This record gives sequence, structure tokens and C-alpha cells, in this order.
Amino acid sequence: MMRRFFDSDIWWSFTRSWVTIISAIVAAICIFGAVLSPWIAPHNPFDLTSIDLMDAFKPPAFSEGGDARFPLGTDNQGRDVLSAIMYGAQVSLLVGFAATLFAVLLGVTLGLLAGYLGGTVDALLMRIADIQLTFPSILVALLIDGIVRAALPREMHDQIALYVVIFAIGISEWPKFARTVRGSTLVERNKEYVLAARVIGLGQGAIMLRHVLPNVLGPVLVIGTLNLALAILAEATLSFLGVGVPPTQPSLGTLIRFGNDYLFSGEWWITIFPGLALIIMVLSVNLLGDWLRDALNPKLR
Amino acid sequence: MTETPMLETRDLARFFDVSRPPLQRLLAREGKRTLRAVDGVSFSIPKGTTLSLVGESGCGKSTVARLVVGLYSASRGDVRFDGQDLHAARRDPAQRSRMQMIFQDPYASLNPRWRVLDIIAEPIRAFGLVKGDAAQRERVAELLTQVGLSPLDGVKFPHEFSGGQRQRISIARALSSNPEFLVCDEPTSALDVSVQAQILNLMKELQSRLGLTFLFISHNLAVVRQVSDRVGVMYLGRIVEMAPAETLFTSPRHPYTRALMEAIPDLEMSGRQRMPVGGEVPSPIDPPSGCAFHPRCPLANDRCRAERPELKAHALTETACHAVEEGRG
Repeated sequence: MMRRFFDSDIWWSFTRSWVTIISAIVAAICIFGAVLSPWIAPHNPFDLTSIDLMDAFKPPAFSEGGDARFPLGTDNQGRDVLSAIMYGAQVSLLVGFAATLFAVLLGVTLGLLAGYLGGTVDALLMRIADIQLTFPSILVALLIDGIVRAALPREMHDQIALYVVIFAIGISEWPKFARTVRGSTLVERNKEYVLAARVIGLGQGAIMLRHVLPNVLGPVLVIGTLNLALAILAEATLSFLGVGVPPTQPSLGTLIRFGNDYLFSGEWWITIFPGLALIIMVLSVNLLGDWLRDALNPKLR
Repeated sequence: MTETPMLETRDLARFFDVSRPPLQRLLAREGKRTLRAVDGVSFSIPKGTTLSLVGESGCGKSTVARLVVGLYSASRGDVRFDGQDLHAARRDPAQRSRMQMIFQDPYASLNPRWRVLDIIAEPIRAFGLVKGDAAQRERVAELLTQVGLSPLDGVKFPHEFSGGQRQRISIARALSSNPEFLVCDEPTSALDVSVQAQILNLMKELQSRLGLTFLFISHNLAVVRQVSDRVGVMYLGRIVEMAPAETLFTSPRHPYTRALMEAIPDLEMSGRQRMPVGGEVPSPIDPPSGCAFHPRCPLANDRCRAERPELKAHALTETACHAVEEGRG
């Protein structure tokens, strides 16, 4: 299995591109740093007992007046910015992955049904997708957020906020996957191996799952990777606007919003470092997605 | 003959709706458009024999192939499989397993994500023919050997094989449910000439060993002559001539069949004068009145333009032609 992988074209094209290798390393560092933050972060920014207001507004360690305990400085409440970024990246990545997974599941299922069944089902699902595409994710998030706030008691808002963001981002991105999968399914369903399965008398469900699905997933992997970067950005946007994740679980977007208040009073590091972290993370994932798209496209080889 | 034929069709027809979307149709003020791919085809295939259908592209021969295995439903007429209605037979797995199909494109007829082993075993699993993994592997190995491949090839993927080898895999898959009736839709037209002969020999050998009945679809007359017992010539969705293979090739009667025969390259007669067939195959959306071949036929007269000829028997041959019937030809 490992041999197969290292012999493959994908691995070969991976080793040929420095940009790809670097972005893979950077993405790996981001993901590990985020996932392992409770163990490797220098401080726990949510542990109120460890936070000292006397440490507030400390500049980064490398600049004048910096403190070696806080490599990237501290915020207005004396929390370590580096630790906050690591914890924040965890939330950002969680939302990004979950929203993309949700969009993939929904989009692939509906695209497969639309493409294979055709006719009315196809027309109906694709028109829903068209309507969906006319709503920006921010509008969807605001809408759902508003409904949730009106319908649920106050205490539950924070608990459910994370799911609202995941749902809002996922729901606004499924049409991309549905359209791609529908297109590939339309090609595959008339291929002779599908006809052979129909001659045997296999049911539609079995044909869709066992024959068509494995053959339409290639492009989904590529769009999924590129979409991960978009979902992280969308979450940051929503959190920046205050309709994203709850303030008790700040993501990178939330950190940027908090820090924004101090940008013009000189404490630039509170907002700049989370912003840089976001840019690096999104860029590396995007570059990986670009490479994957090229590597899986035989016409570009 | 008292034995029930393996397959029998009566007045089989299939129309496709090729209208434009309703709104455009309304704006252009045009009606629905129907493509009459197959329009009244009747034949029967006795058990253990091969019937071939030949014709140019678009004459409806592949549609007939798909109709008789139930991939399309008939717009008119019926198909009887071993004496039973095709739809009833398709609902019963035991009957369904008796018919299989081999396709034209060896590159599209095997799922690229599956191992050959799984491809061939699919019908076995679907019909629950063999119990247990070991017995199933054994059966697949046996099938691979039967079509001239190695049992070790089972673990490979389709892209590791050549076109001819893939067609052998297709045949192995078709044979895995122990079918009695095989529909072959241009099984050799995507292959090199040398490989074509190998595949045809394999199919003939399997037919004599397993007593298979074939419906063979092809546009290649040389191939058809090699494999068939009877041959039906199709033109624009209808059979224009049907005869035992040798009779058809030695004494073709319908003007269209004769034109086809004329077009076969021939070593001994190279450089001879040919009778060309003028014009193109007319559109099956708007077929000519009367005999569909009349715009291209050298023998056509007013009757041909007005009245559609029916298939009528003359000795061993059945032809649908006024000229042949009247002795003009």
C-alpha cells in the first residue's frame, strides 16, 4: 500500500514542486499546532486563574518592553496572543472542516441523485441549488442566527452558535459540489459499465453507490480542499462581524475583531498576528488544493 | 420447428422524444418531434443460433439490442424471452440471469475503479450463484481461464489491459451468470482486425461449447458472415431483408443489401466498377414516405414513394421491397 503510494504519479508531482512541499509543511504545522494546542500552547488563554491583568498589552517578545513569557505579546486582558491564536486556529479549522464535510455530504448526495435520476428530480434540485447560490453565506448565517436567537432561550445561544456557523457555511456551499457531481454523473450513467450493471438487474441505489459514486469523487476532493480554505475565511468573516462562533470560543476571526479596537492605539500585535496566522493557513491550504487539481488532471501533466 | 425460440420480437418499436424544451417549442411554434429509432421489427432467434443485425450508423440496431435486454422499454410491440413476456422475465432473477450483454467499447464497459475479480464476480454476487468467498474466487479463476486470460489477472485493474483483453474480461463477466442468451452490441468494432478475429473465434468456441444463443449487432459485413446463422439487414429502424447468412451473401435481393455487398472491398475484383449509393441516410425524425430507401434506390417508382413495403418471404429470403416482389429487380 505504501509502495503503491510512493510509486504513484501524485507523489511524483508532489516532490517536483517546492511550493507544494512548503505549503504542505506549513499546513501540517498549522493543523498540528491547532489540534495539539491544549498540550503545547505556552498558556491557556481561557484559564482565568492564570491570567493576570498586570500582563495586559505587553508587546511581542522581540520588540522593546516585550516579555519572554509572551512571544507575540498579550491582549487587553493579559492573555498570551500566541496561545490564543493556537486555540483560535483550532476553532477555525474545526468549523472549516465540519462545514466542508457537511457541504460535501449534502452536495454529493443531491448531485448524484439529480444526475442519475434526471427529469423532474434533476430540475427541482438544480433550481434549489440556483436559488441557494443567490444567497451569500453571510445572509444565510444572519438569517439562521436571527431565527435561533428568537426561538431559543438566551443560555443556549452560545452552545448552538458553533453549529449555526457550520450549518450556515455548509448550506451555502453545497451547490458547488452538487453541480460538479451532477455533471460527472451525467457522463458516467451512460457508460457501458453502468448499462452492464443494469442488465444484471442491480437496483438504482446500488448502481449509484457502487458504480457511479467512486467514479465522480475525484473532482470533489479537489473542490473540497479549495473549499476548506474558503470555509475558514467565511467563518473568520462571520466571526469578525459578530455572528460567528461565541466569544467564549474565539476563532481567528474573533481575535481579529477584538484586536481591531486597539489597532490605532498602538497595540497592533493583538490583531496583526491572528490575521497573519489566518493568511498563512488559508494560503497553504489553497496552494495544496491548486496542486491537487493539477496533479489529478491528466490533461495538465 | 416446434421448439420455442430463445427470443422473439413482434412489431417492436421504440420512439424517442427529441422535442426542444416546452418554452422554446412554444416560441418557435413547432410541435413535438419524435425520433423513430426502431419502427416495427419482428424476428425470432432459435436456441443455439446466431442472428445478426447489420446496418449503417443510426439504423436502430443498437436500440434493438437495448430493447431486447430491457434497458429500454418498447414503445410498441413485444419481446418474448423463451416464450415469456420480457418484462415478466426481467423481474425474475432466475430468468434475468439467463440473458447477458457484451458492449462495444472495451474502455467504457468495465468500471475503472474495480478489480477484474470484482467485475467478473458482480453477476455471481447479484444472483447469489456461488456460496462462499473461496468458491467464488475459484469460479472467477475458471472464467478467466475460459476466456484465455490468467487467473492471476483477477487482482489487476482494467487499465492494465489492452482492448482485446478487456473485451475478454467483458465476455467473462457476461458468462459468469451462466447465461443462455447473449446480446453482443458491436463487440469487435473497437478492436484491431487481428484481435477481432481472436474475439470472434472465442465467441464461436464458447457458443459451441456452452450452447449459447447470440443476437449479434454489427456494421461489419465480414464479421457478420463469419459468425451468423441468419442475418437481418436494417435500414432506418426497419428490417429490409432477412435471410440465412450464406443466402444473403451469395444472392442478396433487396437493393439496399445489394448496395452494401457492392461496397465490400474484394481482392479478386479490385478495380471493378462499383454501383455507388447516392445520398445520405435520411433523418429518422422525418423519414421518407413509403419505402424509406426510395430516395436512394435505383429501382424506385411511384408505388415505392407511396406505399410502405412489408417483409415478405421468397424461398429462404424475406424482403421488404416492391421491386423484388414485382420482379423488377
